[in-house]
Amino acid sequence: MSGETKPLLEVDKLISSFETERGLLRAVDQVSFSVSAGKTVGIVGESGCGKSVTAMSLIRLLPQPAGKILGGHVHFKGKDLVRASDAEIHRIRGGDIGMIFQEPMSALNPVHRIGRQVSEVFRIHKKMSKKDAWDAATEMLQLVRIPAPEKRMTDYPHQLSGGMRQRIVIALALACRPSLVIADEPTTALDVTVQAQILDLMARLQDEMHMSIILITHDLGVIAETCDEVVVMYAGRVVERAGTEELFENPLHAYTRGLLASIPTLDTPSKSLLNTIPGMVAALGEHTHGCRFCQRMGRITSRGTRERPGFSEVSPGHWVETCPHCYHPSA
Amino acid sequence: MSESPLLSVSKLKVHFPVRGGVFMRQIGAVRAVDDVSFHIGPGETLGLVGESGCGKSTLGKAVVRLLTPTEGSIRFGGREISELSQGTIRPLRREFQMIFQDPMESLDPRMSVRSILEEPYVIHGLGNRAERHQWSDELLDRVGLPKSAAERYPFEFSGGQRQRIGIARALALKPKLIICDEPVSALDVSIQSQILNLLVELQRDFGLSYLFIAHDLSVVKHISDRVAVMYLGKIVETAPAETIYRDPRHAYTKALISAIPATDPKHKREKILLEGDVPSPIDPPAGSAFGHRMSHPRYDETVGMDLSLREIAPGHEVAADPCCVSEEDWKILQKRGTEVSA
Repeated sequence: MSGETKPLLEVDKLISSFETERGLLRAVDQVSFSVSAGKTVGIVGESGCGKSVTAMSLIRLLPQPAGKILGGHVHFKGKDLVRASDAEIHRIRGGDIGMIFQEPMSALNPVHRIGRQVSEVFRIHKKMSKKDAWDAATEMLQLVRIPAPEKRMTDYPHQLSGGMRQRIVIALALACRPSLVIADEPTTALDVTVQAQILDLMARLQDEMHMSIILITHDLGVIAETCDEVVVMYAGRVVERAGTEELFENPLHAYTRGLLASIPTLDTPSKSLLNTIPGMVAALGEHTHGCRFCQRMGRITSRGTRERPGFSEVSPGHWVETCPHCYHPSA
Repeated sequence: MSESPLLSVSKLKVHFPVRGGVFMRQIGAVRAVDDVSFHIGPGETLGLVGESGCGKSTLGKAVVRLLTPTEGSIRFGGREISELSQGTIRPLRREFQMIFQDPMESLDPRMSVRSILEEPYVIHGLGNRAERHQWSDELLDRVGLPKSAAERYPFEFSGGQRQRIGIARALALKPKLIICDEPVSALDVSIQSQILNLLVELQRDFGLSYLFIAHDLSVVKHISDRVAVMYLGKIVETAPAETIYRDPRHAYTKALISAIPATDPKHKREKILLEGDVPSPIDPPAGSAFGHRMSHPRYDETVGMDLSLREIAPGHEVAADPCCVSEEDWKILQKRGTEVSA
């Protein structure tokens, strides 16, 4: 690490696992990354790679009793969230760390009016009176650019469109002016024109409120549009981590390269065959040895794949898992 | 097009009644598909894009007669199929098949893969046991699954493999046309590219035609020869795939393309942000639907106007809608309109 100011959030060798019938599954396997103030860090990967579990672990929201954090640190403003008391975590969650989830319908209570749900945040975290909380909530709706906010306050979630609901969820997440927002697939359920609206809104609010964002997505396009840094995860591990431009221009891990080459873009010739990554996305297992991507590629027995590859900074700010088969220093 | 099209749809309407009141009388209609015309040639892929609720899936289902159209004509291989009864249409079903977004929902969980693949032969009375056995092995091989898959059940497979089973079943009767309804949108990117490649190869090998329905424009552009853009039950623009992305003429197409996240962080597209959401197809605006969403000053002119597609360039058609095209394009479209009526 260079002598810059301390990052807002530092995740260090975080390990989370789930107790299942098949034994202990490691969903997050020594994940490390950091988020600087005012920056957006994207976590990208395919289903089951552990990106959502990582996010859940940061704020200790793993499903109980199956999920457990087994090791590592999450330093947030000088506090280790892994070891913080439940009361402290409760205060931070929804307070200094806001959360946005994929499906806004499940984040909102269908039987309560919007106004009650948004003002509840102010009543709990800021101990405001009913009236003040209601006014503050109306102001939040205005902030997320919901037309006629006074009127919307008395609506139920089902009366709003998907895009409007996601704005409400953003309003909830930002109510206490958090310094960090964790957004898990915030636009995945939305149409592309609505997605563009929401991403634009988040970027503007980030500027206004100087917050940091952790954006979890499977969509490399969304990453390219919005993130300053990218963390690429595969089978519970970070395989590569770099600034966004650097990662797209100079991907060093075979998995990152494979991912980038599999997306059809508007510039790829029609009906040309796309690059594919053979096999399937790895299932999580209890074993933590070897290079997981080599296992997908069927390179299980060859030498050098039994040990877990190191994770090193190969150029300033560019980290990669240095498996002899998967790490390709730029030619 | 010199060759006669395999599928030709003309002025198709699919409306669903909305009932209400004490006697559940019809009080309105959802105009899911409203006056849509298009054609697909042999070996051609027509991509159909639009946002949720625009009617693209309804259109796909109506084309293969899983839904009965309210009005209009569907000609398949020169034969009118829009009014055939389910009984008379069954033998024709061999020629057009459908692939769905979530194969888990379209594959019977209690049937082995072998019985899923043999079922179409059984229904159409084809082959004996040994032949069907051999054909299903061939199908598995063709979609890249091992023979051992035949004795297993759908839940034992991953999403990508299940989609391969869905494709194998669609191929069983050697169809000429396959309607693909969001076939890759539930899949991870590395798996998505495997399935797209498979569809491209199958088309080359068997000369299949596809109606490829999706909301992901990059995917549609990749696989299609021509693309039709749908908005609120109507096709607003259609052109060769390259053209529609390089030179979109309709305001909605432009907004849609600008909204695709660029995969190059250095060259972000200029966004055209739309206000509001896709309006409801129940009681849609009387004039230009998109003009209404944009609160366009010329919206009032479009009420009662013929907004159907007209050719703006060879093979490139756009809705004749003054709210949604440039000033010059509007002049060209108006001229085309008078030529037609003259």
